[in-house]
Amino acid sequence: MSIELTINERPYIVDVAPDTPLLWVLRDVIGLTGTKYGCGIAQCGACTVHVGKDAVRSCITAVGDVAKPVTTIEGLDAGGNHPVQRAWRDAHVPQCGYCQAGQIMQAAALLAETKNPSHQQISDAMSGNICRCGCYQRIQSAVCIASRGV
Amino acid sequence: MPHGIVNDPHVFVSIDPSGIVSITAHRSEMGTGIRTSLPMVVADELKADWSKVRIVQALGDEPRYGNQNTDGSRSMRHFFQPMRQVGAAMRQMLEQATATQWGVSLSEVQATNHEVIHRPTGRKFGYGELARAAMDLPTPPVESLKFKPENAFRYIGHSNIPIYDLFDITVGKAQYGYDIRLPGMKYAVIARPPVVGGRIRSFDATDALKVPGVEKVLELKVSRAPPAAYSPLGGIAVVATNTWAAIKGREALKLDWEDGENGGYDSAGYRRQMAERANKPGRVERNQGDFDKAFAAASKVLSAEYYVPHLAQAAMEPLVATATIRNGECEVWAPLQDPFGAREAFAKLLELPIEKVKVNVTLLGGGFGRKCQSDFAQEAVLLSKALDGAAVKLAWTREDDLHHGFYHTVTYSRLDAGLDPSGKVIAWRHRSVAPTLFANFKPDPKREQSIELGLGLADIALDVPNVRVETGEAAALTRIGWFRSVNNIPHAFAVQSFIAELAHALGSDPKDFLLEIIGPPRKLELEKLGLTDPLWNYGDPYSTYPIDTGRLANVVRLAALRANWGRSLSKGSGLGIAAQRSFLSYVATVVEVSVDGQGKLTIPRVETAIDCGFAVNPERIRSQIEGAAVMGLSNFIGEISFAKGRAEQGNFDNYPVARIDNAPTNVRVHIVPNGSDIPAGGVGEPGVPPFLPALCNAIFAATGKRIRSLPAGDQIRV
Ligand code: FES
Ligand code: FES
Repeated sequence: MSIELTINERPYIVDVAPDTPLLWVLRDVIGLTGTKYGCGIAQCGACTVHVGKDAVRSCITAVGDVAKPVTTIEGLDAGGNHPVQRAWRDAHVPQCGYCQAGQIMQAAALLAETKNPSHQQISDAMSGNICRCGCYQRIQSAVCIASRGV
Repeated sequence: MPHGIVNDPHVFVSIDPSGIVSITAHRSEMGTGIRTSLPMVVADELKADWSKVRIVQALGDEPRYGNQNTDGSRSMRHFFQPMRQVGAAMRQMLEQATATQWGVSLSEVQATNHEVIHRPTGRKFGYGELARAAMDLPTPPVESLKFKPENAFRYIGHSNIPIYDLFDITVGKAQYGYDIRLPGMKYAVIARPPVVGGRIRSFDATDALKVPGVEKVLELKVSRAPPAAYSPLGGIAVVATNTWAAIKGREALKLDWEDGENGGYDSAGYRRQMAERANKPGRVERNQGDFDKAFAAASKVLSAEYYVPHLAQAAMEPLVATATIRNGECEVWAPLQDPFGAREAFAKLLELPIEKVKVNVTLLGGGFGRKCQSDFAQEAVLLSKALDGAAVKLAWTREDDLHHGFYHTVTYSRLDAGLDPSGKVIAWRHRSVAPTLFANFKPDPKREQSIELGLGLADIALDVPNVRVETGEAAALTRIGWFRSVNNIPHAFAVQSFIAELAHALGSDPKDFLLEIIGPPRKLELEKLGLTDPLWNYGDPYSTYPIDTGRLANVVRLAALRANWGRSLSKGSGLGIAAQRSFLSYVATVVEVSVDGQGKLTIPRVETAIDCGFAVNPERIRSQIEGAAVMGLSNFIGEISFAKGRAEQGNFDNYPVARIDNAPTNVRVHIVPNGSDIPAGGVGEPGVPPFLPALCNAIFAATGKRIRSLPAGDQIRV
């Protein structure tokens, strides 16, 4: 069935079963592969996107339930210069990089809501995002750097 | 190392007329930064301006590029000097081309920052203008190359070059194996036998084929005649128009499996068997002095047993590969650590000459050893063949990854030490029982093999006159594979925990005792160790990379110093230390823990000292060591266990890994400064082994509780 979506400020009409997770619609149907699959059960955060202002796990979000505009890593900032993206580069966060789109989207949602998060607030907000390479200490500092630039 | 080393600039460098220098990275990028660091070495010797450098990822082609199997922490170790040679040779070719062009003497021209200057006149050529002429020159012989002196390095050792993919990663453009999309591509998943060696008895695809988007269900028949090596497990493939449809289709399959001979693999029972074997004499792998006599004469003895379970690499990007076969030519895109080994396997599967198989290496969303095994990409190739060559992306879910691994082995160790009346250790015996990875390649030898003995078991440096190392029998009942730092994990866990236990029994300071048992600075004389098999030494010559106790003791002292070892800590806090030579580098770690009244662990600080020879890219060395501490904590809490031959964990809900709220996020890294005359050692793996024992030693210091069996489980709250 046809489902209308707004993704990164562009309209899309996709023809998929409404219970298809947003993740696979983004990746396989629309071709936005910046959003990653890591677990499929809301355990790792690799698939994090924004629906409206909220960071959500697109792997468990049925596309039929998406009622607000979606922002993915590709649409976070036209030039790739959202303060979180810049901070991620300044702090040299990534190793393999696979988890980082999800991390960045999660951090951007945190900072949109909490301007100057404490160490504890960062830990709490980011604890659903696994980085198997272990970039956590740089994620901590990058979120701090970004909080000064949001 | 198959196909050795290639150092020809014609292979690795090309310069276009606009001056853009393209440098080929032939090793796989899985997070270490190697795809940046090796070209950076070339660029430095080439005196190239980094902003005009582009990196090209090599196809899987070892005859052309030399060895590409990105494992064993060997990329910098083996290719630092060759990449310097590539850069220096290309620089000299540019200078030669300029001198010829102007008809001046070679001694009057000099390359600097992307230009060649004629010194007497100040005339200049940009690298682009000379490119064609320079690249047409033959490669100068290595003996004629002039290398930069260390103080002239601009990138090497300077930590001023960000990883090449940094921007793309932060905007979602970096391309991993999972991100490959080809026109008309199909998506597939496979239902594999839950037990290694099992097979399908019958299946019913009726419901699966009703799932919207599912196009085909087919049996993937494979030959697993021993040695199975990295061959796929076979199973039932579901082919669909997108990944989700394939997954749903697979859920709807009715499957009847026959389990085969490993259907009885049960971790609890297996552990009991291993414990029995560890308590009986085994095969002697090292016999230095006379352990039995010294042990019998000891005035005090101590024993302890340690257990480290199977672990899964669980890279964030699950396994995936895309393949197509057109006009008798196969092309594959995949996150492969060993692209040429994979290519050979594909050619064999398809019975095609290797020239007809092309392997593109994507970025790897982590590897940790799992992506050395090309089973998953072989599946994609077989599937494409079964679909008449159609482009197909074969994706693994996380459950597939944890259920069908090439797992880290499982290890039961028993250590015994005898002390003389003065408290000196005079007898040391280490019995290790672990199934071997080499069961993939030959009839199961049922005990650790030479390479595994060389991963911190037979090769440890001890100032003890009587040392015996034995291995006990353990059959491989699942697939054992490579895992970041491999058997160093259980070996260092046992040895470095036991050393701290001895220190405690003697009332000694653990750091002082560790230094004492390492002994005076010396290079171990191999012939005096009483090794049964020759020392593997990570595949490199012992004369270049001896076991140097001075370097080991030095990192212990450095880590202790930075940790302010000996400072007084509040109740419930403690420091633990451990050290390990692995992958020809020396690492010591001090972990600080605090355990609160509810038994909850936190790790406020980690101090790690690493001596990895010459440090080419210190910034990426730091990131590897930071990550190693995080993985070290994951190794503390994770376990893959088996029941009825099936892995019991399937996702991160029951295979926990460290997260930002429990991981160490204050890891301080101290790199021992060395000149470029000190050969580079490994970096990706050596940070991992000392972490676990240092952590457990710290927990003991904080609480008096000794953790000898992993996972930590309910022994402590993490
Ligand atoms: S893929 Fe969605 S949380 Fe892991
Ligand atoms: S950078 Fe590799 S998983 Fe996070």
